[in-house]
Parts: sequence; structure tokens; C-alpha cells
Amino acid sequence: MPAVTAPSRTPRSAGVMPDTPGWARWANDHRKWLFAAPAMAFVAALIIFPLGWTIYLSFTDSSGSVRAESEFIGLRNYLDVLTDTDRFWPAVGRTAAFTGAALFFEVVLGMAIALLLWRPFKGEKWVRVAILLPLVATPVAVGMMWRLIFDPNIGMANQILSWVGIGPQPWLAGQNSALPTTIFIDIWQWTPMVVLILLAGLTSLSDEPQEAAMIDGASTWQRFRHVTLPLLMPTVIVAVLLRGIDALKTFDILYATKGRGGGSFNEVETLNVYAYGLSFDYNEYGLSSTVLILFFLIIIGVMWLLTSRKKKEAAR
Amino acid sequence: MKTSLGFRIFRTVALVVVVLSLVAPLVWMVAASFKTNVDIYDTSKALIFSPTLDNYGTVLQQANYLQFIGNSLWVAFAATVLSLLLGVPAAYSMSRFNMRKSALVVLMARVIPGVSLLVPWYYVFSNLRMVGGFSVLILSHMFVSLPLIVYIMMGFFDGLPDELEEAAQVDGLTPIGAFRRVTLPLSVPGIATAGILSFIFSWNNFMFALVLSGADTKTLPVAIFDFVGYASIDWGGLMAATTVVTLPIMIIALFVQKYIVSGLTAGATKG
Repeated sequence: MPAVTAPSRTPRSAGVMPDTPGWARWANDHRKWLFAAPAMAFVAALIIFPLGWTIYLSFTDSSGSVRAESEFIGLRNYLDVLTDTDRFWPAVGRTAAFTGAALFFEVVLGMAIALLLWRPFKGEKWVRVAILLPLVATPVAVGMMWRLIFDPNIGMANQILSWVGIGPQPWLAGQNSALPTTIFIDIWQWTPMVVLILLAGLTSLSDEPQEAAMIDGASTWQRFRHVTLPLLMPTVIVAVLLRGIDALKTFDILYATKGRGGGSFNEVETLNVYAYGLSFDYNEYGLSSTVLILFFLIIIGVMWLLTSRKKKEAAR
Repeated sequence: MKTSLGFRIFRTVALVVVVLSLVAPLVWMVAASFKTNVDIYDTSKALIFSPTLDNYGTVLQQANYLQFIGNSLWVAFAATVLSLLLGVPAAYSMSRFNMRKSALVVLMARVIPGVSLLVPWYYVFSNLRMVGGFSVLILSHMFVSLPLIVYIMMGFFDGLPDELEEAAQVDGLTPIGAFRRVTLPLSVPGIATAGILSFIFSWNNFMFALVLSGADTKTLPVAIFDFVGYASIDWGGLMAATTVVTLPIMIIALFVQKYIVSGLTAGATKG
């Protein structure tokens, strides 16, 4: 978010012509909230009540139908969830593994590709078009597309492996290979996003520090490590933040490739998929609300960590 | 800055690999949509096959996709227009009056997991007999569009000098008049960026429509699942369906590339 701190100006009616009707004068004097309030009210109406209700539900045994009678059971859901090593903790682990691995590869690959695109060259336009395509494609459709490519029997992936003499892999169908395969799909779709953000950051850097380092005889790697990277760090953190929030909440490609519950062995069941299943497959509203509150706290925690890191970088 | 020949060769090879790995899967998807299921099962017919339009016939006629295309267009269009109406003035105010905390309220919508809102929404909207109708879908998609538009437009207004507005006010326009006649016309590129991205995100949205749409109001991402049966998958039909969903948006993207990039990277290079 832009953190430019301009001194806030007070609304003024200077320039309002004497023949302006009273209501228009009022509107001009109150335009700050007149403009901002409708959007804020809309979002607040759709968030505050549902969030409050979710918090309330997390302390009840609501299940079956939200309309059905439910009892206040205090912290029992939280105890149940936090001691649940069967579904909850594995889902936390998968969420962390998915987000961590996807982010790591997206940032490393994204940085490499952004550096390749940094200096102008012939055909640049076409590369940029190719980079945009996965990004705008509908995630569920992307999931289905990879489902065909990774199909163990008819998929192109195993066909290509056979050309280089590697045996068929189960990919999405394997109990251990499903999660890495979905991570791969996420990397395919979202590395371009990181490329675009880092490229915007690189383009905004001035050439002078680079040239100074070159005159001092720094190697390419040294220039990247000690000049470009530190200057680019705030942008890297923005990319991690934006991608991280979405990666934690990934749902579409997991649902498209493995269906409900993240597959028959819950191979790709992340927190978001688990909470969705509790709500809409099992109708366990109390439990699902508890999982969601914990999930939300995790997201806020990760964001807080990253933004405080960003402030530190900006302060340097 | 000059680049060495060695680097240029390396760059060309590396970028060819990158472009191929990004584009090849999409080409494969579109190719499969023109194949019979027999040809899809035969990997020797990877790229050489006799194309058929049967899958598109299935998708557009039997599977009622024309209606779902219409649904998707209508929901994305309405959500985008309404979000622009709410979001552009809000972003203006938040930028000019430096309302960072208020902006945070709107941007919160981007962070919160959608599932946590869906149960209460479903309950309330089904009591109002709105579930399965377009209004609830549009409302839920606005929830995706609005924060995006506010975020992009705040960055845009931050970069727009206010001297012009002040000059217009000296010339006798009211502050709102100056916003309408001076700022808004200057903001057309920003509004286009925000609108295009909002449309794409709404078009691609899956989870809200999965829960809140009915048989007649289904959007395309949900309708794709019609081709996934419990026992078997009609791959040809499925790939035609996914092509129908993704191709229009990719073609639009080619024409408005500049706007999409500026929208996706909005705010990334500022502090």
C-alpha cells in the first residue's frame, strides 16, 4: 500500500459559487465521507456481521443446519481442533508446505526471469505476452488442463518422461506426489505475477549504483548480491506479501484437481479446503468456524511479520 | 547498459525455455479440445490429428454453455460497474484525505478467507430468498472487485497532482465539480486498468459462485465441473469447456496488456 504521508487537507468550500444551492454546498463540505462511506459500508456489511457470527459459531456445537438449535460450549471446539492430529495439524502442515514451497520457487524463478527481461531486447513484447497468459487464465480451468497433462495413463507429462527414459509417475493420483504436483501448478500460474512485480521494481531502479559498482570492478554476481538485491528488497517483500496471502488461501486448483476434501486420502487438504469441507460437505459449522478463526489468525500473523520486515527494510 | 554476446545467447535460450513452458500447456489444452476422445487417449497423435468441432457442439448446445457464458458476462460486468461506482470516489477520498486506516477496512476484504463469510452469507441470503439469483452472485463478486479497484485507484490518485483540481476550483468549480470535470477525465487510464482487472478476477472467481449460484445462474468456472463425472471424464468436452472459459480472457489480455500489467503491479514499487 502506498505509504506516502501527505498532510491531510480539510474539506473547504472555497471556490463554491455564491449561487450554489444549499445541498450542493453541504455535499462539497462533506465530500470526504460522502465519497468514502458507501464503499466502506458495503464491505463492512459483508464482513463485520459474518465475521462476528463466525466467531460466535466457533463457541457453539452448531451442525447440520445453521437454523438448528445449538449450544454454547465455550472453548471445546478450540481444544478439539488444536488436539486434532488427524485432519487439522496435517492441514496446517500442508498449507505451510504449499505456501512455503510455492513462494520459494516463485520468487527465485521470478527473480531470474525478471533479471533476464530487465534490459531491452528484440522480441521482448512476445515474451511479455507469454508471461501474461497463465496469469489471466481461470484457475479452475488451469487445474483441469494440468489434470489432463498429468493423467497417469493418457497424460503428456508421462509421455515426455518416457522419451528421456523415465518411468511413469502417478503425479496428482499419487498419495505423496499429489501435493508437490499442485505446488508445481501454482508455480506455473503465479511465477509470472512475481516476474511482473519484480520487473516493475527493477525498471524503477536508477542505473547509477550499478555503474558505480561496475567501475569499482564488481562482478555480475557481486553487483546483483550487493547492489540490485538490497535496492529491490522492498519490492520483493511486496511480491511475497501479495502472493503469500493468495497462496495461503489457494482453493480453486486444489478443488479442480483433487475434488472435495483434497482427494480420498486428503492428500492436498489445506486449511482452506478443510474449512470448506467442514462447512459445506459435513455441515459442522461450529468446528469449521473454529478452523477458520485459527486460519485467519495465521494469515494475519504472517502478514504482520512481513509488513514489519518491510518497514525495517524501508527504514534502512 | 551493454550486454555481452555470451549473456545474450544465454538469455535467448533461457527465455525460449520459459516461453515454451508457459505456452505449451495452453496449446495442449486447446489442441485437445479439437480432438475426439479416441485421439486424446492416443499419445502418438499429440499434434497431428484430424480436428473436430464435436466437443464445441457438446459444450455449446447440450451443456447449455451459451447461457453460462451469458451468466458469467452479466455477473462480471455488473460487479465491475457497481464496484467502480462505489470504489472510484472512495479511492479518491482515501487518497486525497489520506484516510489510510479507512482504506485498510476495504483492503481487509482481500485478506479474509472467503469460506469464513460464505456460511453466514448463505444463511442470510437464503432467508431473503436470494440464493440462486443473480443479485447475490453480483454482491459476492463485488466483494472481490471493490478492494481491487480501491487499491489500484488509490495508487493512481496518489500519483495525480492536485494542482489541476485546485486551478479548476480557482476558476469557479466546486470541489465535487472539479473531481467530476477535471480529475475523472484524467483518470480514464486508471479506471480502465481497475475495470479490466476487476472483470478478469470476477470472471475467474470460482468459490463464491460454487456455493451461491443456482442451476440457472451458474457461471462458467462452476459449469466446467459438469464434464467431470464420478466414473469418467469427457476429456474432449472438458477441454473445450476450459478453452471457452480461458480463451476470451486471454485474447482480451493481449489487447489490453499494458493496463493489466500496470494494475497487477500497482503500488509494488512505492514504499
